[in-house]
Amino acid sequence: MKLNRIGYPYLVWLGMFILIPLLLVMYFAFTTGDSQNFSTFTFSIENFEKFMSPLYLGVLYRSVKLAFVSTLICLALGYPIALIISKEKPKIRNVMVLMLVIPMWMNFLLRTYAWLTLLGKNGILTKVLSSIGIEGISLLYNDTAVLLGMVYNFLPFMVLPIFSVLTKMDKNLVEAAEDLGANKAEVFWKVIFPLSLPGVITGITMVFIPAVSTFVISGLLGGNKSTLIGNLIEQQFRYTGDWHFGSTMSIILMVFILASMAVTSKFDKEKEGGGGGLW
Amino acid sequence: MVNRNLKRLYTFLIFAFLYAPIIILIIYSFNDSKFRGDWSGFTLRWYAELFRDREVIRVLYYTFAIAITSSIISTVLGTVAAIGIHGMRGITKKSILNLNYLPVLNPDIVTAVALMALFRMARLQFGFITLLLAHITFSVPYVVLSILPKLKQMNVHLAEAAMDLGATPMYALRKVVIPEIMPGIITGGLLAFTLSIDDFVISFFTTGHGISNLSIYIYSMARKGINPTINALSTLMFISLVALLLIINSRSEKSKKIIQERR
Amino acid sequence: MKNRILIMLAMILVISVVAAGCGGNEQTVNVYNWGDYIDPEVLDLFEEEYGIRVVYDTYATNEDLYVKMKQGGNSYDVVIPSDYMIERMIREDLLMEINMDNISMFEKIDERFLNLDYDPDNSYSVPYMWGTVGIIYNTTMVDRPLTSWADLWDEEFDGEIIMLNSQRDTLAVALKKLGYSLNTRDIGELEEARDELIDQKPIVYAYLGDEVKDVIVGGEAGIAVVWSGDAVAMMDENPDLEYVIPSEGTNLWFDAMAIPANSQNPEAAEQFIDFMTRPEIAAMNADYIGYSSPIPEAVEKLDEEIQNSPVAYPSDEMLENTEVFKDPQDIISEYDRIWTEITSAQ
Repeated sequence: MKLNRIGYPYLVWLGMFILIPLLLVMYFAFTTGDSQNFSTFTFSIENFEKFMSPLYLGVLYRSVKLAFVSTLICLALGYPIALIISKEKPKIRNVMVLMLVIPMWMNFLLRTYAWLTLLGKNGILTKVLSSIGIEGISLLYNDTAVLLGMVYNFLPFMVLPIFSVLTKMDKNLVEAAEDLGANKAEVFWKVIFPLSLPGVITGITMVFIPAVSTFVISGLLGGNKSTLIGNLIEQQFRYTGDWHFGSTMSIILMVFILASMAVTSKFDKEKEGGGGGLW
Repeated sequence: MVNRNLKRLYTFLIFAFLYAPIIILIIYSFNDSKFRGDWSGFTLRWYAELFRDREVIRVLYYTFAIAITSSIISTVLGTVAAIGIHGMRGITKKSILNLNYLPVLNPDIVTAVALMALFRMARLQFGFITLLLAHITFSVPYVVLSILPKLKQMNVHLAEAAMDLGATPMYALRKVVIPEIMPGIITGGLLAFTLSIDDFVISFFTTGHGISNLSIYIYSMARKGINPTINALSTLMFISLVALLLIINSRSEKSKKIIQERR
Repeated sequence: MKNRILIMLAMILVISVVAAGCGGNEQTVNVYNWGDYIDPEVLDLFEEEYGIRVVYDTYATNEDLYVKMKQGGNSYDVVIPSDYMIERMIREDLLMEINMDNISMFEKIDERFLNLDYDPDNSYSVPYMWGTVGIIYNTTMVDRPLTSWADLWDEEFDGEIIMLNSQRDTLAVALKKLGYSLNTRDIGELEEARDELIDQKPIVYAYLGDEVKDVIVGGEAGIAVVWSGDAVAMMDENPDLEYVIPSEGTNLWFDAMAIPANSQNPEAAEQFIDFMTRPEIAAMNADYIGYSSPIPEAVEKLDEEIQNSPVAYPSDEMLENTEVFKDPQDIISEYDRIWTEITSAQ
């Protein structure tokens, strides 16, 4: 199809703005020297060796664990709402989707600060909980708060892909299953859920990836009591000035994420080697 | 199995969850105190101070200028790219796709520093153009990834049929392909706009003097403390956005009705 | 019809973008400062008097400023880094010397704050704001007056203590507690400080940035390490608060105005810096920001209350064993490793 040629401008763009910067990052990762001065660079894998220590691997492990749990929670909370919205009439559906997206246009830092007001010792949520008798639990500066913040931030990214797939689903299949005697639970688990898997995979990807490299949420809501890999990388570039170590960690993180994505794409039979999209 | 009231309650809870912080922001924009610790009384002084702040207007202007321009360009570039990628096969397709994914995979700071280094190597003067290029770079992948599944879903023979019937490739593109993938294009555009409006790190390292956006303005206050005029600003932005969307929604309702009546 | 509107919008956008780019022939001075760190009216006053347009941008940290300046591709005329960063910038030839004859108030700046280690001949920077680091505590939540850094390790205050989310500032607290210099390059001493902080971790409520103010003012926690400028603002809002400079000594900090070496308009830069040192202007800034001015004639124009505040303007005696930060240079990667060890400790 002659339309293919249309893609070439983007290839040029990709080459310039994505490939070259990637090569730059790899160059930084495999060298050491004064980060601000190219002429001092010498080839070395010492930063990779430095990372392979209990201290830094522990940081990676904690980040992955947190990202994994928050992704699961997003899935558990997001799927039902996607289902509910997809069953509404188109007019209402569109409004609901927009309502889902609008909060993301408010500054992220400000919204996270607002959670501090809600979750603090004198915060509104804490007061609500004690009014129904639950006293003394700390809602802030712990893993729970961080998870809450992450779910808050990433939930729309889980809901939208699943919603998109659910709306495209062939209603006849559902009706056929019901006609053949399946009850609601069976219809869901044997027909709807499997068909929505591509959306679920996309949602998981769109949540897990940023969740692994997040640091603002864990910083503000976790009281900075625990460094995550996102903090570490950010620190290297914006405080310590060791761009080599920072790039090394970025490459390691990238490889890790690509590997996880390769694993999850095994679950998506429809992809057939590269139809890959967000949703 | 699941009755309607339960569904309603759940939907309400989820939206309450999403909007709770925004409501807090709005409430505290009227708080007569620099601190979020306590409610000290109702005041409009932050709104008054906001209108006297010369920098906020400038910063707001650039935020929207960049967001709108970059999302339009990214959407066009992304659509064209998606169509091109869709037609590819095999290893080429896989590697292009993975390359495309990179800005999505990388932490913002890495993309920021890499782009900054690139622009330096190219001896570019930092300013509006470099900022715009940076925003387009991190937005296009999301646009592409929004449109590809729609292309996959589209009947591949539609465009061919159009061309068999005598349409030129451009005509087939405009009248057949684009309408089919329009939902993906719109989603991609919205996503690009959202990412651009809230970006700090990439913007900070790729912009030049005189060009700043709202995120940079806000994050720069991290050491001293966020001035409550920002809460006032956010409240106004929120109200405007909601109003804008309501207007657009009601206008599209009107035009649909008119079309229906004409039939 | 819709298309026409879109095209018009696009044209307006393009025209305004281009117009914004061409500033005409008017002179400009590019100022780069911390966020919310100047009285906006001051910029208007400067423009009126000199006819030079002020192009104003902001940054979040010294290190961000450093990267922007080091990378080039940008030129700013006035920047306002902190002490240790000025030291680094001078060493790396990133700043140009200022002709202090053009700074009319130079002689009238408090002597104590000139010719410090970070700018020994005081030829590259003019002090802008200064302060100390200390402990603020809520007298209704803490049953005795606090006097030393060691108090922050007292189990009695479990869950009430907030430390700063800043590698150097928090390490400095531990180092001072142990009696070491906060500029030490001795790894042994740094690791001792690390161990102290790991010991302290279980009783720390959180490591916070500027949000510490909301927490303390709101009474959610009783004790925090803060900068003196923030303490003044907090104490204004909540009269139960007290601020103290611990007996072991603390950090004395400065933010100062400087001119980058690649400035395109150093003349205007010097005029701007001169303007900022005028007592009325410096007083406006000190009043708006709430931090301390290094110019005595400016301080005299402030409220009686703040002039006499030992928090904002401590006596010489109180400043006796304070230290100013020096540029850590290569040791900074040790700081990073140590800080990671502290924050990773469970």
